[in-house]
Amino acid sequence: MTNNRREIWVFGDYRNYFQNRVTLQLIAKGKELAAQTGADLCAVVFGNDIDEWVWEYTCHGADRIYIVKDESLAQYKIEIYAALLERLAREYEPDILLIGATAFGKEFAPRVAKRLGAGLSADCIGLKIDKEERLVATAPAFGGNLLADIVAPDSKPQMATVRPGTFKEIPHNDNLDSEKIYIPLPDDLPEERVRLISSEKIPERGVKLENARVVVCGGRGMGSKRKFRNLNELAKLLGAEVGATRPVVYSNWASHDALVGQAGKNIRPQALFSFGISGAIQHTAAITDADFIIAVNKNPNATMMKMADVAIVADAGQVCNALIKELKKRAKD
Amino acid sequence: MKLVVCVKQVPMVSELPWDAKTGTLKREHAEGMMNPACKHALEAAIRIKEKHGGDITVLSMGPSQAEEVLREALGMGADRGVLLTSRRMAGADTLATSYTLACAVRKVCPDFDLILCGAHTSDSETWQVGPQMMEELDVPGVACVEEFELNCNILRMKRESDDFLETLEMELPGLITVSTRHNIPRYVSFAGVENAFDEGQIEVLDVEAIGADPARIGIGGSPTKILSVYSPTAEKKGVLIKGSAKKAVEELFDKFGDLLGGVIGKDLA
Ligand SMILES: Cc1cc2nc3c(=O)[nH]c(=O)nc-3n(C[C@H](O)[C@H](O)[C@H](O)COP(=O)(O)OP(=O)(O)OC[C@H]3O[C@@H](n4cnc5c(N)ncnc54)[C@H](O)[C@@H]3O)c2cc1C
Ligand SMILES: Nc1ncnc2c1ncn2[C@@H]1O[C@H](COP(=O)(O)O)[C@@H](O)[C@H]1O
Repeated sequence: MTNNRREIWVFGDYRNYFQNRVTLQLIAKGKELAAQTGADLCAVVFGNDIDEWVWEYTCHGADRIYIVKDESLAQYKIEIYAALLERLAREYEPDILLIGATAFGKEFAPRVAKRLGAGLSADCIGLKIDKEERLVATAPAFGGNLLADIVAPDSKPQMATVRPGTFKEIPHNDNLDSEKIYIPLPDDLPEERVRLISSEKIPERGVKLENARVVVCGGRGMGSKRKFRNLNELAKLLGAEVGATRPVVYSNWASHDALVGQAGKNIRPQALFSFGISGAIQHTAAITDADFIIAVNKNPNATMMKMADVAIVADAGQVCNALIKELKKRAKD
Repeated sequence: MKLVVCVKQVPMVSELPWDAKTGTLKREHAEGMMNPACKHALEAAIRIKEKHGGDITVLSMGPSQAEEVLREALGMGADRGVLLTSRRMAGADTLATSYTLACAVRKVCPDFDLILCGAHTSDSETWQVGPQMMEELDVPGVACVEEFELNCNILRMKRESDDFLETLEMELPGLITVSTRHNIPRYVSFAGVENAFDEGQIEVLDVEAIGADPARIGIGGSPTKILSVYSPTAEKKGVLIKGSAKKAVEELFDKFGDLLGGVIGKDLA
């Protein structure tokens, strides 16, 4: 061990930074865990133009930052990144290694874990340290219908990927400082066998469902395309995005971008309005993070109604119209 | 083209029988189905076969009733089904699962061109088995592939990754995991599946047959341990509102106007 300090590491995933601040969230949570075990919170950053991120991680609370800066790392290259992180983890032996469950992280973390023979908890929504100083990671299973508390104390490091949005970042503070450790790029890393031919930023879509604070979701119970469209007006008044179930998308009442569920998007709004949706698991799996659910259904026994904070037994189209009216009235007063 | 598809049987029900002591699912009580993403992976393999020829081996690790999903896969168009089953394989985490599946691939299809996994399962949802098999077998691989094209030995793939549309290429042999966005599985009539139950044999292999190191499989080969499994604490308020739409909306605002107003940033009370 070249390192007799105890460390918790957070992988610096900075691609798509402005949509996704999971690294900052993990630095904040990692710091809290580190305080309990007497460890330092370290970020690890690979890339070329990365000074900005190093600075950002510093201002958000990292105690120490391991930096590998090289032109060849400018783009995310998964095999090289995995080999590199494996190497650093073997050398510095962090107790815990946390990675954001972004699309990249979900592919990258298991590869690193496999190389290290380490246990990895997937897409976690809770982290804590128990009495035996083990990392206890809470991972959802069965579309969030069950949660599992998982430990992996006998393999090092203890690893978890963490769902973006789970933890709160520490506010930016210019006065913070960090120790920076520059590591030269080893010259015997493997060749990348997967070639990146092109990578284009996807233009912002009309629907930004995943991050919406309020979502209005409609199902087959809306009855017709015309009635479904009224949800757009309601959404406008609520500052919400519109989501849909699969039958709705298949009937062309809404575009595929609006699909909420296993085959579509996960949402985590503070308020979810659900109209005429039965609550099949392929749909509900994607809404378990909604804070407050208002469901409208003719059938009080629909699964969706059981998941709701407020279950309104009535016609979905009529409630939608009544809501529009009422919102217009109240916003005027 | 020698194709291998890893398929997992997952429970269909939303009411799940759990063994609270061991934190594992009592699978024997749950109705099983083919994991949706695995079905998309199989569909992708069948499309490759239709265009380029070849044969498809479907591989599953699980209890003996996992044979059902292999039969279903044969009904869809796979050529050969291999079931890995042994008490000692039970309780595997992704590290042990990826090792076990990789051992089996080396045994039953060592000269594979492409392995296809689902991107994720609907029960454990780790998204990890595919990427870990890439490491175990030391082949190039890409996760969450949506569309692809095969040209001689080169697979060109498209996927969306963190708001980027990526086009990637690799030489085979390799491994991909398939998302549920494209490669919509073909419909197989009930009769078709029924027939598959009469046709051919499913090869059943145990630990020795695939040459796996017993220390690296099952619960013993799994560094992760499940401490407990529980339902997310239902903090739902469970308020039921009945009546005309107008009345219902009024009641909603009376009771929750403050809360909703706070969320949307307007004064609704
Ligand atoms: C592999 C796979 C993947 C899938 N992925 C997804 C996915 O990503 N997203 C998804 O949504 N689905 C998905 N599904 C489909 C899913 O299983 C359900 O079929 C779907 O969610 C049902 O949509 P729904 O609730 O709109 O329709 P239904 O199940 O038909 O429910 C309609 C509801 O509206 C109510 N209703 C009817 N009339 C009225 C009225 N006038 N007023 C009020 N209420 C009314 C009814 O009581 C009923 O509860 C998937 C299925 C499979 C097999
Ligand atoms: N027991 C298993 N048998 C066969 N394939 C599996 C098994 N477990 C996982 N897989 C494969 O790995 C994919 C991803 O699973 P997971 O990482 O558990 O989300 C699945 O879609 C399958 O292709």
